[in-house]
Amino acid sequence: MDYNRFINEKIRTVKPSGIRKYFDIANEMGHVISLSVGEPDFQTPWHIREAGIDSLQRGKTWYTPNRGFSELRQEISKYFERRFHVTYNPDTQILVTVGGSEAIDGAIRTIVSEGDEVLIPEPSFVCYNPLTRLADGVPVTIETKAENGFRLTAEELESKITPKSKLLILPFPNNPTGAVMRKEHLEEIAKVVRKHNLFVLSDEIYGELTYGNTSHISIASLEGMAERTIVISGFSKSYAMTGWRLGYALGPKEIIEQMTKLHQFAIMSAPTTAQYAAIEGLRHGDGDIEYMRNEYNIRRRLIVDGFTRMGLTCFEPEGAFYVFPSIKSTGLTSDEFCTKLIKSRRVAVIPGTAFGDCGEGYIRVSYSYSLGHIMEALNRIEMFINNPDAPEIEA
Amino acid sequence: MDKLLTLLEDNAQFTYSQLAAMLGETETEIKKRIEDYKEKGVIKGTSTIIDRSKLQNAGVNAIIEIKVTPKAETGFDETAKIVASFDNVDSVYLAASATFDLIAFVRGANIQEVSSFVAKQLSTLDSVVSTATHFVLTEYKKSGISFIDDCNEEQRSMEL
Repeated sequence: MDYNRFINEKIRTVKPSGIRKYFDIANEMGHVISLSVGEPDFQTPWHIREAGIDSLQRGKTWYTPNRGFSELRQEISKYFERRFHVTYNPDTQILVTVGGSEAIDGAIRTIVSEGDEVLIPEPSFVCYNPLTRLADGVPVTIETKAENGFRLTAEELESKITPKSKLLILPFPNNPTGAVMRKEHLEEIAKVVRKHNLFVLSDEIYGELTYGNTSHISIASLEGMAERTIVISGFSKSYAMTGWRLGYALGPKEIIEQMTKLHQFAIMSAPTTAQYAAIEGLRHGDGDIEYMRNEYNIRRRLIVDGFTRMGLTCFEPEGAFYVFPSIKSTGLTSDEFCTKLIKSRRVAVIPGTAFGDCGEGYIRVSYSYSLGHIMEALNRIEMFINNPDAPEIEA
Repeated sequence: MDKLLTLLEDNAQFTYSQLAAMLGETETEIKKRIEDYKEKGVIKGTSTIIDRSKLQNAGVNAIIEIKVTPKAETGFDETAKIVASFDNVDSVYLAASATFDLIAFVRGANIQEVSSFVAKQLSTLDSVVSTATHFVLTEYKKSGISFIDDCNEEQRSMEL
């Protein structure tokens, strides 16, 4: 049967994720040490899980309002004000979604019309490009550079703007590079955005995970930017709640209202149990975030030190839980490096190219693992660097 | 507790340079602090955690509750010191619960060895009133290390 006849052309031509191959090799090899996940290794803090369990015991198993519980939206509003100094009206400017992912999809579909250009800095998380295409938009890649700390610069942005430019995706703190945008960098971007009357989708899912002296600044907190920004965030990374599938979008009520229609028809409402748990997290979870951030920071320092000692240039990541070392000195491509590493030393990392063509020459290494696990992986990677042509281990 | 100690308690194999990188100190500072801790007896030693179920004839473990008559001068300490001096005793703690006072973690080549230790060395001490021996059947977690082999590989697969 010719299924192509029944499959939407846009869906069919979306490229599948670039890491399938390494995943298959890892499964085949067995006993692989992985530094490849994109989620916290911590379990959801117990008091948050308990709030979820408690809601189930009380039989709270129905849908919630489309936008999410009012109590939850109030807590999100307070939290965002407390942490990032932007005030959103819980009744009109907040939509609770199934993870940050749904919020990104909903925002892009709400904002982008056929032919609109969406400016996407790369390397970055993989969903922006396909979701833009599915919304009939045109993705326009902006390559960020190691020498700028993988930050987006105003010049790079301005050089890609055309009369069709509509939306700028701002994925910082960045997966996979760990780059963060400080206030002065955001000011420069905001000027360009206002000048060209663009809208911003600011993906701040890693907003709680920044290290060093400066904490995350939301572009929505800059003058005149809240009215032209949708902020995406959620509970997955900051509260170690990936499996609960809960995120949110914050923005002007005119946009949130339209996104809510989509959400209502596609999703109905975000998971009820997760919403109860999230309320508890927002009320009493600041200390958990602090604890996990400190732990990630120690791991970050260990892994950056490890790569630097091996002679791989490693830009110091200031956010998220990834490092993005350059492997150019090995003379291998990202794909060759990852394939050989997994086959000869059973260590799985992700090629930079999975996050955009400009990721060539880099690998993404997650440090969302115990220190012992990271040490073992670093030892093996060092053996690989010293002897990249060691024979492959039999699967 | 000092983060340096927390890290070492978690994993004794960190090098000075790794500890320095993690804590943002120099190697010299780290080395000095560790030596100070050793001198003051804060750091007592290091050992390796072994899952004996993976080995053949690796011996047996038992947990022994010991009821003791305390001494007027020294309380439980005197008996505890004697118990601690036995080669079979891996750890010993004062618990002073309603039913027993000392608790000892004991290792032996086999059940006979542990039984003989209890009958001939431990129970015969004057101050020991009674003992209750629990043989360990399965170790699930030890010193913070899980022995459960379900390392959720499948759940934490590769993701972007």
